[in-house]
Formats: sequence, structure tokens, C-alpha cells
Amino acid sequence: MSRASFYIPLAVFALIMGLGYIGFDLGARNELPSALINKPFPEFNARLLDDAEQTVTRDDLLGKPAMVNVWATWCPTCLSEHGELMRIAATTDVVIVGVNYKDRPDAAKQWLAQYGNPYDWVLDDRDGLLGIEMGVYGAPETFLLNAQGEVVYKRVGDINPRIWRDELEPRFRLLGVSMSGDSAVSTAP
Amino acid sequence: MSILLGKTARWLVLVTLMIPAASTLAVSQIDTFEFADEIEQRRYRALIEEFRCPKCLNTNLAGSDAPIAQDLRKTVYRLVVIEAMSDQQVRDYLQTRYGDFVLYDPPFNARTWYIWLVPIALALLALLVLLRMQRAGQRAATLLDAGQRAKLQNIMAESAGDPVQGSDR
Repeated sequence: MSRASFYIPLAVFALIMGLGYIGFDLGARNELPSALINKPFPEFNARLLDDAEQTVTRDDLLGKPAMVNVWATWCPTCLSEHGELMRIAATTDVVIVGVNYKDRPDAAKQWLAQYGNPYDWVLDDRDGLLGIEMGVYGAPETFLLNAQGEVVYKRVGDINPRIWRDELEPRFRLLGVSMSGDSAVSTAP
Repeated sequence: MSILLGKTARWLVLVTLMIPAASTLAVSQIDTFEFADEIEQRRYRALIEEFRCPKCLNTNLAGSDAPIAQDLRKTVYRLVVIEAMSDQQVRDYLQTRYGDFVLYDPPFNARTWYIWLVPIALALLALLVLLRMQRAGQRAATLLDAGQRAKLQNIMAESAGDPVQGSDR
């Protein structure tokens, strides 16, 4: 009895502290788990930013793994991740699709002219409807799609060299995307 | 004195003015939507009160002025008024896109079971501890034999300053 009465409150205390530690974990605070993980990317029909005549649908994303990056000119973090996107576009075979989210098309075009365009396509989502289909709640957000068009990973926040190295690159390699520099590594002694 | 009173009165007025202002502010952001009838409007109101804004951790769609909350209010309006969805269809729509997070009432599933079960487990544990303590107390009371009881009486009487010889002895 005396033993139990000593240890039970202690165990309960430890349990509550443990749950609190998980529940109030500051690191995970701003990241919602995406409802789309392991599910097909939503159907959409969006106009291209630089050619409003041309539309892109979900089918156009199939066949190759792709990175769908939600960005806007009003989003400061988007500017800070832009350099890393440019580097990824220049040094890898990853298909990068931009979703220009709740933005002014002219501002977006000027931004791409000024800072460079890492995207294979930029979709015009000025009213944010595609964003809602994707469960976007802020920019930047980045989705990683496999060749079948299923979402395998979602990043809320900026893409930086650490995220690329730890989260994105291993997944793209697993999906069979080749990185330039691979051949250089393999021929190195 | 009168200055002090005036100050207090002014503060009181200010605070009483602020209370309703603050509460209406918390209840809803103002959007200009048109509804066919009051039932539809009430359903819309109830739904935006029900969902959590994905950006703001602990505010519902009705109470948040975050851009995403505005967009989702518009979406709820569209689903209710234009696409004539039922409340449950609207819930499913938002849940498939934004996950369980937008539902203030979390479902019972593999990821959330402990949220539901921990309070029940703690209550049961408390009950168990309480029962054991009570039983231990009863046992202690009944375990005294006649001699011990007399001794106890003696001690109590002595400490009360009125020494009594054990009458039982």
C-alpha cells in the first residue's frame, strides 16, 4: 500500500508531463500534418501565369516525381527560399511546379524576371481556390509528388539547404530522380 | 476625492463600453454575404463557428481575420448556398483538405485515442486510489483490540490533562 501510494502519483505526474511535452512541443506548433499525405493530389485545372491561354491539369503532373511549391510575392519567406529553389532547379532533374497563390499576376511576373524562374510551370491561383483544394493555409508550402501523382511529403515553411538535404533529396532519390553531381561523385576515387 | 471618484467612474464607463465591443469582435468578422433565408444563414453561422482556423491554433473561422479564414468562410458560404451541401458534407469537404485539425471536436482514431482515453484512465485511477485509501483507513480502525483501545483512551485522557485510571483493567 505505502509503496503504491508513493509510486502511483509519481507515475501519473510523469504521464501528464509526458503528454504535455508532446502536446506543447514548440517545434511542431505551426505544422499541421497534411490531410493529403499518401493520397492523390487534388484534381485541378489552372491557367499558366505566363500564358493564360494554356491550362494545366493534374494529369500533366503525372509520369515524373514533382515538387509543387506554393508561393507569392507578398510572402517574405518565399523570397528567402527562392535561392535554394534556383539551386535545385539548376543542379537536379526535379520538376518544380509553382503555384502563384493569391497574388497579382503582374507582380509575380516581375518577381520571376527579377529573381529568376526556377519553375517548369507556374500556375495562376490568384483567387486561392487551388490552394484550398491542396489544404494550403499559408505560403510557402511545398508538396512532393511521386510519378503517380500522390503526395508523399509536405513542407510548411521555407525550403532551405538543410530541408533539401534531410527531407527532400532522400525522397527524390527514393523516387528515382537523378541529381547532377551524381556522376561526378561516382567517378571520384 | 471628487477627482478620484471621477477617474474611477470614467474607468468604469470605459471598461463597460469595452466589454460588448470586445465580445462582438471575438464572435465574428463581418462579411457581406447574401442568403436565401434565415435557416441558410444560421447554418452558415453555425458552421463557421464550428471550424478551427488552420493558421491560428485556437480561433474558429468566425473569429479570425487571417486571410485563410476569410477564404474558408467564403468556401463554406459557397458550399452551403451555391452547392447546397449538407452540414456533414461541408465538414467532410474541409476535413479531407485540412485534416482533423479544423474540427474542434476531434474524431476517435489511431492518432487521437489517447486524448479521449487519458482523462477516463486518470479518473479511474483516482477512484481506485480513493477506494484503497478508504479501505486502509477502515482496516486500521477495526484492527485495534480492546486493550489497545483502552490504552488509546488513556493516552487521550492524559493529554487532555485529566488522568483517568483505565476502568477496563
